[in-house]
Amino acid sequence: MSDLPVLEARGITKSYGHVAVLHGVDFEVRAGEVMAIVGDNGAGKSTMIKTLCGAVQPDAGEILLDGAPVRFATPLDARASGIETVYQDLAVAPALDIASNLFLGRELRRAGPLGRVFRMLDKPRMRAEAQRHMDELRFRLPAITNAVEALSGGQRQGVAVARAAAFARRLVIMDEPTAALGVRETGQVLDLIRSVRDRGLAIVLISHNMPNVFEVADRIHVMRLGRRVMLTSPKQSSMADIVGLMTGAIPAHAGASQPEEARP
Amino acid sequence: MSRTIETTSRRGWLALALIAALPTSLATGLASPARSADGILVGLVTKTEVNPYFVSLRRAAEAEARARGVRLIARAGKFDGDNEGQVAAIETLISAGARGILITPNNSTGPLGAIAKARKAGIVVIALDTATDPADAVDATYATDNFQAGVKQGRYARHALGSKAPHLAMLDGTPGGTVDTFRHNGFLQGFGIKEGDPAVAGKQITNGAQDKGQTGMENLLSAHPDINVVYTINEPAAEGAYAALRAAGREHDVVLTSIDGGCLGVKYVKRGAIAATVMQFPAKMAKAGVDAVVDFAKGGSKPSGLHDTGSATITDHPFPGLDQHDTAWGLTKCWG
Amino acid sequence: MLGVGEATSTVATPRTGVGTRLLRQLALNPVAGSLFTLLLFCAIFSATTHTFLTPNNLSLIVQQSVIVGALAVGETLVILSAGIDLANGAICVLGTIVAGKLVDAGYPALPCLLAAVALCTAVGAVAGLLVSRLRLPPFIVTLGLLGIVTAATRLISQGGAFPVMDDLLAWSGNSLRIGSAPITYGTIILAGLYLLVWYMLTQTAWGTQVYALGNNPEAARLVGIPVRRRLLSIYSLAALIYGVAAWLALGRIPNADPNALQTANLDSITAVVIGGTSLFGGRGSLFGTLIGTLIVGVLRNGLTLEGIDPLWQDLVTGILVIAAVALDQLTRRRRT
Repeated sequence: MSDLPVLEARGITKSYGHVAVLHGVDFEVRAGEVMAIVGDNGAGKSTMIKTLCGAVQPDAGEILLDGAPVRFATPLDARASGIETVYQDLAVAPALDIASNLFLGRELRRAGPLGRVFRMLDKPRMRAEAQRHMDELRFRLPAITNAVEALSGGQRQGVAVARAAAFARRLVIMDEPTAALGVRETGQVLDLIRSVRDRGLAIVLISHNMPNVFEVADRIHVMRLGRRVMLTSPKQSSMADIVGLMTGAIPAHAGASQPEEARP
Repeated sequence: MSRTIETTSRRGWLALALIAALPTSLATGLASPARSADGILVGLVTKTEVNPYFVSLRRAAEAEARARGVRLIARAGKFDGDNEGQVAAIETLISAGARGILITPNNSTGPLGAIAKARKAGIVVIALDTATDPADAVDATYATDNFQAGVKQGRYARHALGSKAPHLAMLDGTPGGTVDTFRHNGFLQGFGIKEGDPAVAGKQITNGAQDKGQTGMENLLSAHPDINVVYTINEPAAEGAYAALRAAGREHDVVLTSIDGGCLGVKYVKRGAIAATVMQFPAKMAKAGVDAVVDFAKGGSKPSGLHDTGSATITDHPFPGLDQHDTAWGLTKCWG
Repeated sequence: MLGVGEATSTVATPRTGVGTRLLRQLALNPVAGSLFTLLLFCAIFSATTHTFLTPNNLSLIVQQSVIVGALAVGETLVILSAGIDLANGAICVLGTIVAGKLVDAGYPALPCLLAAVALCTAVGAVAGLLVSRLRLPPFIVTLGLLGIVTAATRLISQGGAFPVMDDLLAWSGNSLRIGSAPITYGTIILAGLYLLVWYMLTQTAWGTQVYALGNNPEAARLVGIPVRRRLLSIYSLAALIYGVAAWLALGRIPNADPNALQTANLDSITAVVIGGTSLFGGRGSLFGTLIGTLIVGVLRNGLTLEGIDPLWQDLVTGILVIAAVALDQLTRRRRT
């Protein structure tokens, strides 16, 4: 794991009209770590990650990718830089099979004139590569030719995570990936998140579910009312502390620790 | 989970089974019309099933087929202008082995290809009600001379108007239609004016429908309050026009004339809503057509030529010098 | 096999015998149900008439299905994208009128035909832009276009039908013989059209993305599919196919009639739905549409040969539509 952050944000500020959502937020995530962002509703979590993935343009502040300043005008820009996002409302097409979903929008074509002139899909290769990705992530699924709608909720989420992991070169952002899942399925997805991290990618995880966060996160970025109130880790803080900070029951300065101390 | 799959797929199967059972019951339960001993099959292809005129024509053909002991298969287009439906019907009747096909063509050129195919296969083709263009594309035609019928309508209107200067409203059917053109031009001749005469206050397209007849008449009345005589393409359009005239308080001083001879139309005449209508005789056409096919199939001569099945002016306010019948007579001869 | 493609699912089947599994597959795969229905109708008509199962009659059924079959290809594309196209028949008629009028005006036939097809495509592009850019509901956009295009067609044609004599425009009606059955060039062109669009839908990224954006438009946008460009291409390609259908229609009936094909929009939607394609988008296949078109064609032909009242055809078709949509709903409900 490198010490240099893969992605760093400095002084991000964003307002909608007169409503200030983010007040100069700093953020960082390193390769091979899971950085959780927690906060109450309205704390600015969503706006924060939308800024990171190019869906929202900040009013002030800068974003650094591997130390170099970047600007993402659209989510496609962020994707081109190796940042993939797993959306809360499952961005899959249920009627299509697993392989087609994995390669949706990035379909592989046959080599030679069949692909160049006749635009023919290389279905065998897409299926083989989809299978390989699933195997690498140690994620068990029924046959890769199954329609996604034939899968359980956890397996569907797995397909979405696998797609992001397959194409991300630097960072995967996950917005509430376990929100709609049962206990066993949540376990599957958390395992999958660890697998992705172990391959050396950085992960930003947004979740309301504190036990999940404590199970899988390396560091925790706590937000309240548009500011980062603490950067900590499951080893340094208790769940009760973090919930207290999120809700304002514990004043921000009381529990705040310096980012430098929060190394995992 | 597996139980819900069971029940839903069972329900799916029920639906499939229903679909499957339906045509079987159709084919067996509803025994097709009696097949005649000598196996003569006559096909009838009318314009639409919804128009009472063609329903009368079909009923008359069916009655005549029963009387002559032959089998009749009747088909129709789905709407006015459904050439594709008529062509498909002709082709299928050829397949079915018809000896003769009676057709009321949707437009005078649409089914020509299919008609030629039928005649090449040795089938007699007879046009009913509407001639083809050219007329000799079929073996024979039994139809109303719509121009002459229009002339009768025009003559009556002129007599009824008396010495008043005419301000004519024309509620046409469908622009470009063969029948429409004949009736329209016939009316003008019978009325004694030419197309473009200043006596024509205005024209409206009604598609032969009551609602469009009403709005058309309303609009013409507000543009030309002096309108005193009205041509309508058929009685539904006339009924619509009457509603507009009555709403304007003009129903007594405007001469409203029509053409077609539906029973409903004759009743309008009897009620006094329409001054006169010119009746045509679809049952005559159907009977003559079926007879011609059967006679030919039994070794008689092939029918040919154009045959006018005639028309008659129906009114309860006759004028001397015109050939007219009263509504009591009309109600015994009308169609629909 | 042609076309079941990527969008149909093979659902995991827990611990059942081969028989029940086969039944379940049939129930869950709408195309299998349609195919079963088609074969069943064919079996019944073959058994109860001696005229159904002849090469000539079968060739006829295909010829009679060419126009709606071609329109249904475009309709399938639009419905797969979770839209609906009410204007396809009107656009096709516009194509026939424009091509016919241009040739009548003395221009060479090929440029006239190309201009007509280009005009149809342009109308589709307008629909695509309204749906994708202004995000108007496809139902409303195509309902509006239905009115606009129909009116424009009548204005151009001055209301009347006219014969189209040109050899190139009517070329697709010529046929070659395979054995004793005539195969029209129109049939061959239609087969080519199905193969081409089937290839695009199942073997290219464009096709996968059409299914995806119909199935879950938000997901399609989020994974970076250019949804608006795809919608534009879907509506334009569909209308280009309607233009080709205009050419096929002139081959079938060499007559340009502004009143023709009034029910073709609903007929093609019927074929698509009976073929098992979901009106909610994202599910279905072109193969199913082919089967659906043939079911309607076989029903129309077979009932005529039987001499059963044509209204039964509408009744049976109506039941099939409801059954197909019910099946779709049942399977959708248990899938999500």
